[in-house]
Amino acid sequence: MPKRNDLKKVMVVGSGPIIIGQAAEFDYAGTQACKSLREEGISVVLINSNPATIMTDVEVADKVYIEPINVEFATRVIERERPDGLLPTLGGQTGLNLAVELASAGVLEKYNVELLGTPLQAIMDAEDRELFRSLMREIGEPVPESWIVERTQQLQDIIDSNPPWPLIVRPAYTLGGTGGGVAYNPEELLEIGSRGLKLSLKSQVMIERCLLGWKEVEYEVMRDSNDTCITICSMENFDPMGIHTGDSIVVAPMQTLTDKEYQMLRSASLKIIRALKIEGGCNVQLAMSPNGFEYYVIEVNPRVSRSSALASKATGYPIARVAAKIAIGLDLDEIPNAVTGKTKAAFEPTIDYIVAKIPRWPFDKFYQADRTVGTQMKATGEVMSIDRTFEAAIMKAVRSLEIGLNWLRLKNADELTNDDIESGLVKATDERLFIVAEALRRGYTVERVHELTKIDPWFLRKICNIIDMENELQSRGAEIKALTAGQIATQTDAVDLLQRAKSMRFPDKVISQFTSANETQLRYVQKKLGMLPKFKMVDTCAAEFEAETPYFYSCHEREDETGCVTFTPSSSVGGGMISTPSPLAGEGRGEGDSLPIPQPKKKAIVIGSGPIRIGQGVEFDYCSVHSAWALREAGYESIIINNNPETVSTDFDTSDRLYFEPLTVEDVMNVIEYEQPDGIILQFGGQTAINLAKPLNALGIPIFGSDFKSIDLAEDRDQFERILRELNIPKPAGRAIFGPDAAVQVAKEIGYPVLVRPSYVLGGRAMEIVYTEKDLRQYMKHAVEVSPDPDAPILVDKYVIGKEVEVDVIADGVDCLIPGIMEHIERAGVHSGDSMAVCPPQTLSQDIINQITSHAIKLAMALEVRGLMNIQFVIDGSEVQVIEVNPRASRTVPYLSKITGVPMIHVATNVVLGKSLKEQGYETGLYRRQPSLAVKAPVFSFQKLTEVDVSLGPEMKSTGEIMGIDMDFSRALYKAMVACNLDAPVAGKMIATIADQDKEEAVDIIREFVDLGYEVYATEGTSHYFKTKGVPTIEVRKIGDQQSPNLMELIVQNKVDLLINTASKDRKIEMEAAMIRKASVQRSIPCLTSLDTARALCMALRSKQRGEKPECLPVDEYLKGTPADLTTVG
Amino acid sequence: MKAILLLADGTIFEGESIGASGTTIGESVFATAMTGYQEMLTDPSFAGQLLTLTYPLVGNYGVNTEDVESGKIQVEGFIVRELCEEPSNWRSSMSLREYLTSAGVVSMQGIDTRALTRHLRVSGVMMGAMSTELTTSELKNALESAPNYGDLNFVQRVSTSATYEWTGDECSKLSDLPDPKCHIALIDLGIKRNIARCLAKEGCKVTILSCNASADDVLRVQPDGVVFSPGPGDPRQLKDTVATMRTLIGKKPILGICLGHQMFGMAMGGNIIKLKFGHRGANHPVKNIINGRVSITSQNHGYAVHPDKLSNDVQVERINLNDGTVEGLRHKHLPIFTIQYHPEASAGPLDEGYLFKDFVNNVMAAK
Repeated sequence: MPKRNDLKKVMVVGSGPIIIGQAAEFDYAGTQACKSLREEGISVVLINSNPATIMTDVEVADKVYIEPINVEFATRVIERERPDGLLPTLGGQTGLNLAVELASAGVLEKYNVELLGTPLQAIMDAEDRELFRSLMREIGEPVPESWIVERTQQLQDIIDSNPPWPLIVRPAYTLGGTGGGVAYNPEELLEIGSRGLKLSLKSQVMIERCLLGWKEVEYEVMRDSNDTCITICSMENFDPMGIHTGDSIVVAPMQTLTDKEYQMLRSASLKIIRALKIEGGCNVQLAMSPNGFEYYVIEVNPRVSRSSALASKATGYPIARVAAKIAIGLDLDEIPNAVTGKTKAAFEPTIDYIVAKIPRWPFDKFYQADRTVGTQMKATGEVMSIDRTFEAAIMKAVRSLEIGLNWLRLKNADELTNDDIESGLVKATDERLFIVAEALRRGYTVERVHELTKIDPWFLRKICNIIDMENELQSRGAEIKALTAGQIATQTDAVDLLQRAKSMRFPDKVISQFTSANETQLRYVQKKLGMLPKFKMVDTCAAEFEAETPYFYSCHEREDETGCVTFTPSSSVGGGMISTPSPLAGEGRGEGDSLPIPQPKKKAIVIGSGPIRIGQGVEFDYCSVHSAWALREAGYESIIINNNPETVSTDFDTSDRLYFEPLTVEDVMNVIEYEQPDGIILQFGGQTAINLAKPLNALGIPIFGSDFKSIDLAEDRDQFERILRELNIPKPAGRAIFGPDAAVQVAKEIGYPVLVRPSYVLGGRAMEIVYTEKDLRQYMKHAVEVSPDPDAPILVDKYVIGKEVEVDVIADGVDCLIPGIMEHIERAGVHSGDSMAVCPPQTLSQDIINQITSHAIKLAMALEVRGLMNIQFVIDGSEVQVIEVNPRASRTVPYLSKITGVPMIHVATNVVLGKSLKEQGYETGLYRRQPSLAVKAPVFSFQKLTEVDVSLGPEMKSTGEIMGIDMDFSRALYKAMVACNLDAPVAGKMIATIADQDKEEAVDIIREFVDLGYEVYATEGTSHYFKTKGVPTIEVRKIGDQQSPNLMELIVQNKVDLLINTASKDRKIEMEAAMIRKASVQRSIPCLTSLDTARALCMALRSKQRGEKPECLPVDEYLKGTPADLTTVG
Repeated sequence: MKAILLLADGTIFEGESIGASGTTIGESVFATAMTGYQEMLTDPSFAGQLLTLTYPLVGNYGVNTEDVESGKIQVEGFIVRELCEEPSNWRSSMSLREYLTSAGVVSMQGIDTRALTRHLRVSGVMMGAMSTELTTSELKNALESAPNYGDLNFVQRVSTSATYEWTGDECSKLSDLPDPKCHIALIDLGIKRNIARCLAKEGCKVTILSCNASADDVLRVQPDGVVFSPGPGDPRQLKDTVATMRTLIGKKPILGICLGHQMFGMAMGGNIIKLKFGHRGANHPVKNIINGRVSITSQNHGYAVHPDKLSNDVQVERINLNDGTVEGLRHKHLPIFTIQYHPEASAGPLDEGYLFKDFVNNVMAAK
């Protein structure tokens, strides 16, 4: 069916902030969908609260609403825009939930908005466990047998029904899912089941067939309104059933299934999407028996998902783009295949490589967290790699993770006992891949490892191949060494060995470690032998058709397809498979039909930011993407290197050429040698890219923008302090030191508390405020472990308790533009990424603002910044001090760009290409103040990360952010609070547990809450103190107390709306407080750990109480300041 | 052991032998299906061809006794990027290397199969020679003196000589199926067993006849309907089979699959064209231009029916969405339809399996 003419305007729902389980993949999907709809002449209205995304750029949709994603605001957008249709399937679970809520609130009906893509019934059917099971039974698709048990007798009934053993027992409603287990026989079922009934708060136990150890596979399926159904990609989990697919290593396509099995599951998947009547994309997860044709349907996501982003990047097939077109009536055979440009979207991609995905977990930051992986997803992001063999793909993926490993060996592998290994195999953690490798390295057989892990022997044997190569390199190291010493002619066997190691993608660093061959010489030899990798194209069709999409991956093969001619191999060892010259070899070049040899156009490479992790989120992808776009506009050929499948930057049409590669020096150099760019841009890819500055600079690679010198000046404490002295800019007292004794010495000089952190790390990783010498010594021990560079010093600074302020500046060597100043809501000591912030500042005097501006300009000039720089200040009384300088784009750039209207990355990219700020129409100094203001607030994923304390501190914990924009502070604050789930009611019940040092300051804030209409519960000490200050409180008992009411009861029984808890220095009190905080997170009760946040919430609630109605406008209208329909402040 | 592949245009690929030693010559083609190598290897339509798979990791799930489409490996030679030596699947009874070696099939791994595929896409399929023993120049001589693929009648080599009845096999036992309701004559131009299995499942008794069977021979077994099977080679070699087809038109409901479809096209006046690099894979989109539905199909053919000269009695019902070639014909007045692709799949998607039911419905209506 052709495009529907009755749809002129469509509203797209974004997924909101990045949280675990809902990351950048929805920015990718949403952006693609908006573009796809607009191509068809549809006017697109977008709602998304996350400013750090490409999709909330004003260029992406016709109207962009950066507003909270809830019924209230969505209704107002609908009221204002009157869209014909609502497309929620690109916004993850958030999008679907909103659609259901809007439908049940009658909003869609009232405004005559048609739900597009997935029917409401399908959302219900897929989400509701019972509905889903009955639908599957209806269409004859198997779901695991399951029972709900409320009495012990029912356990016996199950046993009598001769169930398929083993069974998994899960008590309903227990704290932290305790009390469950796997029953292998009737006796165990009775025992575990009865125990579960006792532990469950509702006396209810769920029993299900246990599929632990079954193969877990997925299909990405699409369907159009004509009922044409196709599968885009099949995926097989390395980790069998029992581990969330988001926490599993995944390969595409499936590897260990015969065609019979493959087609059986494919047919089931198509049957399911047909039964759900989805028009668009859908993800089907299945469990396949490793010993027979038996299978079960596990889960269906009736929407675009993380897996579909992976499938899109794995195959080149743009699922979200096609899904959006289907939603407006187009059929698959009417949509062109954007990759080949010739064929249609109605086909199934076939690939001629293997893709590996490894999740990126946050345990490097949350070292106290429970690292076990299971049914609850814990990863914040993922990496993907592409190569021609599994061994190569997994080696590339491992080093893409940036966890300090570039091969399959943990740093502490030597310390692991065989018992550790075996328990690590059974109980999976984020490190299981490495534990598996270590087990095989120690001589465990594939059979034994399979027995303990149930990982398919196919995968294990491939890992064995990698271990064998390690051993061979070790034992034949001398030959490689001789080869690098120049004996190429005599060491033909060594050439073969090196070729095989490189084909498996062993990095030079690791080969050098094994063979003690010099790394530089290793590279030289490979170059001389023509042994550097070639690049092949991802084209959806395994080369069957000519493709137009320049999306490449490296591999050790004979033919290159980039069309770049850079060096001539002296012999044809490249690919290892060809010895005789042939017309095909073309000396490293593609064939006549490959991409035309590029015009002598200037080229620049933008280095992306790798996987999403805490401290380096989607905002850096935003920066990379904008830089690529700006390059294109400036007439450059833009090239992106990145390895994150979830992102817009790895969409094949974001840049002129995309390389899906790890971001190590060696991997990046492989691309550089082919592309020979005029320059490389590092300042937009977060710390990942910046870390390449030093080595690339040493290799003589031209860096566009601030060069290594600026970065080094900012990071090297001695040099940086010298500059600050020269510029007469104050900073908190402190020094860079090596070793615990020096740290203690410095702390003594400047006085406790001190702020300590390793240099060269991101997101304030391992940053702490330390109050005692003992804690400082303990910290120093740990800091060395997490530092990627053990030679980097530790910074020890005086902890100044003051207001924190942050700026991002763009400098060109002559001028320095400051688009805006961000004032943090929480005082210094809370990591800037975890602070709420407002721009423009609300409480700063003109004198302070002048100091900030002046310091920023002086620093930009002194550090010779070209492009972006982020500076953090702390205000100590009336003095502005510098805390930290980063000569690169920071996480606040997208937010700041959106609320100031300065396209910062575009401007900065032009600057690094040589176009001055003046030429672009900007001047030195603070950019004009906007009439509106915006509050940025962090969003956390604590519900997924048990055992991580929610208390805010100098180490970053948030996974995402949202923005509340309005015409005045309190309303912007209110929106921000709502959007980041701190939406406490105006009046209600709260618990206040305030540490002694904070009690005095807390009085006024708590009084405010009481005035608003809150009942305040407090334990004896706090309660007593507040009463003496005239603040009425209700005294409750501590959590350990058997008598009611105690704090824990209030929380567990959901009797309170809010918790304010400030951290005590008393360890016992703090331990109890941590339990309360955890319980409140599990019950989704907002928990504030900073009085500053509490004060801000008060202000927001006041605004709501006064009946002030927040605005709901497209983001660009806020910047104009005088929107026609501005509501008056009530 | 080393192995070399020499193409007719002089291109050489050097790799490692993974099968029998020796020399083999055939048409060099590629297939893009990611699973189903055992089905492909045993598909008689690959007779006379050196088959390259575009998916680089082959042999992962080994070889079993069930997933065979004929009694032996049919390809002339087999080329992969990487062979899996230690397969993993519950049904696997041997490795692919053992399978290839014991069947005496010259095979190789370790070449840039994507480069080979791109070369064939650009230059078209061509003759090639693969050897573990000859030098390049010896191989060149052998290749030059070998007959061209299109000049050989492969159907004669792969077809049955005697008429026999389908009695089921290991993965499809007749005893598990209901009693047959009709009788189908299946003309063996290189049948894949799954066609017989599919027909049996639809309630057909299946009698398999030689490619040399005349119309009288066919009618003599008193079938209710006739199926012309797929098979290898240039359809223009098969003038007699076309004649058989022509005689049977109007007498019995007919289903033509692949080569059988081409027979029908020729019988109805259509010309045959050779495709530059063929359709071999499990992902080909075919559109039914009558109802607009698109299906993903399994394909394996190097020739196609050109629609221009087709009789007015026949209509083009299905086309390939990739290149617009004819994928299905239907007789306007008689219960005859033919398809270029493989509804029996094996390897490939099962989406079009309903066509056997459609055919049996035709047969039952005409009975």
